[in-house]
Amino acid sequence: MLIDKNKSVTGSEPVDPLQWVKRYADYLYTYAVTRINDEEQARDLVQETFLAALEKVKTFEGRSSEGTWLTAILKNKIIDVYRKKSSGLSNKSGVSEAEQDQKNFFDPDDGHWNEDFRPKELGAEEDLLVNAEFSMILQKCMDKLPALWSAVFTLKHMDEEVTENICETLKITPSNFWVIMHRAKLNLRACLQKNWI
Amino acid sequence: MNSLKGIIYNCRQATFLIEKKQVRKLTFRESVELRIHLTGCSVCRVFQKQSVMINRMVKNLIHDSQKKDRKLDDAFKRDLQDKIEGELNKNR
Repeated sequence: MLIDKNKSVTGSEPVDPLQWVKRYADYLYTYAVTRINDEEQARDLVQETFLAALEKVKTFEGRSSEGTWLTAILKNKIIDVYRKKSSGLSNKSGVSEAEQDQKNFFDPDDGHWNEDFRPKELGAEEDLLVNAEFSMILQKCMDKLPALWSAVFTLKHMDEEVTENICETLKITPSNFWVIMHRAKLNLRACLQKNWI
Repeated sequence: MNSLKGIIYNCRQATFLIEKKQVRKLTFRESVELRIHLTGCSVCRVFQKQSVMINRMVKNLIHDSQKKDRKLDDAFKRDLQDKIEGELNKNR
């Protein structure tokens, strides 16, 4: 049966689900973990990806390679996770807390930086870029962002997703998108400064 | 003139434009406003530098961790392999 299936695939590269675990499991796991930072959930997503792919194997037309196709399925599952997280009730409290933080950043009347929150030099940029400890702090600061902000920020910067797609996927307006990108960065930067200096 | 004055002294608005600029082209007006603000505001110049750096770091983070190639444990993989074989046999 399996061989028949392979024959029905028009691409040059045959699909071979028996090799999937060996060839792609670690790659897909790494891909998921870097985007959702939750090992347990990443494992589940890899499994779901393979099972979903098995169901769709007949419709795989070989336009992309097997690996690219599996990664695309996983990516959609990751976006579903973002979507669920960012529409949950818990998210709202996270957002208002984070917004509260920002009230202190600027003077409400003239928009000037308040003295305690002014950006200060963190060190030579080239050093920071390769500093492992600094990367770790960045990761932790990203985890602290409200789910919706983190979803928008991650999709934009990690996956370089088109803005329109992000808005559609997460059901936000374009002006909301810009507000979120701005707020996410303000909080991230402040968190880095607070935990580094 | 009023709105120009608004941005020249408004760091909240300037940092907003700094973020926007990294994703899409600013309008002519926005870009003039931002330039004037940054000329006079060293704090927002520091912000801009760090903002650009953070974006670069986030990309590095992904590349580095993908290079590291994390591994799933063997038991999980065996289980996964069994599930796939099971599904394939169902269709047989």
